[in-house]
Amino acid sequence: MTFVRLIPLIAAVAVALAIPFAASGPLAQEAKAPKALREAPLTEDSVPPDVTKQSVPAGGFDRAYRQQPPLIPHKVEGYQITGENNACMGCHDWPGNTRVNAPKISETHYVDRQGVRLDKVAGTRYFCQQCHVPQADAKPLVGNIFQNATQAK
Amino acid sequence: MQDTNSSAATAAPRPGFVGRLWRWFFSPTARYAWGVIIVVGFVAGVVFWGGFNWAMEMTNTEQFCVSCHEMKDNVYLEYRNTVHYSNRTGVRASCPDCHVPKEWGHKVVRKIQASNELLHKMLGSIDTQEKFNAHRLALARSVWRGMKTTDSRECRNCHKFDHMEYSVQEPRASKLHQTAFAEGKTCIDCHQGIAHKLPPKAREEYRDMLEHIDEVGPTQRLIDFLQDANVAKAKAAR
Repeated sequence: MTFVRLIPLIAAVAVALAIPFAASGPLAQEAKAPKALREAPLTEDSVPPDVTKQSVPAGGFDRAYRQQPPLIPHKVEGYQITGENNACMGCHDWPGNTRVNAPKISETHYVDRQGVRLDKVAGTRYFCQQCHVPQADAKPLVGNIFQNATQAK
Repeated sequence: MQDTNSSAATAAPRPGFVGRLWRWFFSPTARYAWGVIIVVGFVAGVVFWGGFNWAMEMTNTEQFCVSCHEMKDNVYLEYRNTVHYSNRTGVRASCPDCHVPKEWGHKVVRKIQASNELLHKMLGSIDTQEKFNAHRLALARSVWRGMKTTDSRECRNCHKFDHMEYSVQEPRASKLHQTAFAEGKTCIDCHQGIAHKLPPKAREEYRDMLEHIDEVGPTQRLIDFLQDANVAKAKAAR
């Protein structure tokens, strides 16, 4: 039979066609390096991200959700926050805030952890930039699907 | 000198060394030509005047300031993290740019004042970090007072109010600068501690300094006068 004699040829063609598919299959993925955030090899320095300037919008930033600490819409570089001085309190503590028309820190920030109301900012709230941060218009390193609370409704 | 003594001893009626020097100084010369006197006088004047100013400028550099460890290990280290040390355009303000007046007369007064700093260098008043920090408040108040009474003259060598373009300032800065200048405020009223670590409770201490701005001794009053310090205006614009 001529068909019987064709079997080796058909097998050879089948194998030849299967090779490209096999190369992209699970076996081949083991050979490919996983994609990491750090794109450079370990032995080389990775390219630093672009330097982005701080955003200083005139009207400030909107909050993305109710409990969000308001973001800082002005430069704070060089502001001294030490045990003895807190540059932020120059404008954001009452009554100094009325002088420069700056938002006053929340009343909750004058209450210590025992619930005692104080005249000065509580020690537990002292380091402003633990929660209140400046912003830069930088591209996120990892994509995300975050929506702020008003968009999600 | 020896010759003078021996001649004075032998010829008793002759006037003493000072007396002869006095007479020589005011007697006309018959030996040198007018041209020589003028040329030599001119050259000597240039050399001495140039040398004086050159020597003064030598003491007006950052290297000179940080040659004392009191400056190098404290205020200079703090200043190195600030915008006046390194910035985007590389335009710098070094120690004398802020702490020594540019104008010649005021500069000389400040340089004479610096003899007090030399005295305390010799006494070792601030020769450790602990001692420096113990004096930090007094040092800061002295600089604040100087800046306030001269309307921040050294700041204004570069930062001129009249040439500020408010529209390119950050919105907050633009608004505050305009209201502050309208109220007669000066740079140091808001910008304390921009180059060095602040003393404890700096805001309260600054206000206290303003309260007592005219309570100074006669020496400081003389310095104020020589530095064209306007204490009355500073007191009014408190």
